[in-house]
Amino acid sequence: MKAQIFVYVFIMWLMIIAGGGLLIAVIAPISINGFGKYSGFLDSGIKAAVAIFLVALWVFIMSKIKNWIFNKQIQN
Amino acid sequence: MLDKTIVAIVVSAIAFIVVYTITPILIKTLEKRKLVVKDYNRVGGAMVARPGGPSILAGLVISEFVLYAFFPSIDVLAIILTTFLAFLVGLADDRKVLGGWFKPLALAATSIPIILLGAHGSHLDFPLFGSVRIPELYLGLIVIMIPITGNTVNSIDVLNGVASGFMTIASFALTISLFIVHHYDIAIASLPLGFVSLAFYKYHKFPSRIFPGDSGALTLGAMYGTIAIVGHVEVIAAIALLPAVINSFLFLSSVKRIIEHRQLKSNPVEHTEDFKLKATTHKDAPVTLVRLIVANRPMTEKEVGFVIFKLALFSASLAIITAFMMGVKI
Repeated sequence: MKAQIFVYVFIMWLMIIAGGGLLIAVIAPISINGFGKYSGFLDSGIKAAVAIFLVALWVFIMSKIKNWIFNKQIQN
Repeated sequence: MLDKTIVAIVVSAIAFIVVYTITPILIKTLEKRKLVVKDYNRVGGAMVARPGGPSILAGLVISEFVLYAFFPSIDVLAIILTTFLAFLVGLADDRKVLGGWFKPLALAATSIPIILLGAHGSHLDFPLFGSVRIPELYLGLIVIMIPITGNTVNSIDVLNGVASGFMTIASFALTISLFIVHHYDIAIASLPLGFVSLAFYKYHKFPSRIFPGDSGALTLGAMYGTIAIVGHVEVIAAIALLPAVINSFLFLSSVKRIIEHRQLKSNPVEHTEDFKLKATTHKDAPVTLVRLIVANRPMTEKEVGFVIFKLALFSASLAIITAFMMGVKI
């Protein structure tokens, strides 16, 4: 069981690094122009929505990995 | 550089000595005022002084003020103010039992000094891939970062010595990482956190003579989060904290709402006849890190603590590797 927890920490670390890459690949290119003073708000709003979606996706995947790794213990 | 080295040694020594000398006095004062709680994991249920937050705060604030006297900066000021406000939130929770949502919301408010003083950046740095500029979004990140680190450290405060020992390892990993990414001033400002945690561990380790309480755990967690923000090492800080993050994640995903441990109907662990910890068989008990650690066989409290420290050392190593990876771009 202890080894499985170390594996889970390691997977979480890999997921953080991969998630960072995805965040940069998706969010960094977003640039909204042409809406005057609202451009900044729109830009931030869309970036926030995408970031929240990616974080939710990350939590969902980690939750599935958790169930897979700790399946027996959680069922007990 | 020599000046900074001397100041680093001075603030580290002050942080350690203040907590090391004040804590025994605080223990006697708390015991005299009957501010003690039962240690349910100890044979006979010994009464232990709580909270240790005041000595933790004293060590942190005095050493940071000394640092500020030598090198005035808004970053250090933001650390002092946010840490102090988080202590007040924790103290309020120590004195009066407050709702599960109180701490996250109140801790969110403690991030105000960081924003008002402008002691933050607008980029989020990731290893290998570079950084992303998110000025408005970053403000939201600051507001949620302090409640997350504060409550995460608080959630790992489940066994004798675990919170302070864990924070010693995570804090020194953060300091080393700050040196690696060349943020020397914040690295020096982070030193007191590690030394205060280490000095407090002396009295908090098994068998505990004092518990940090919410005032101690939230103070340590909030300062950790503030250093991550002002030092621009948010991702590294999160990695060093991973075992505690997993504990919170497991807890939240099994209870599916924000509640205090005291509100639980079933405890995640039980005691064997020889007072070892074993995983509960209750279906409605939450899944926690400790429950997973003792899932295969019952263990003593001290053994469980050492497993958590091994996990902390593992994640600290990953955090330091990540700091080195910050300099690499693909």
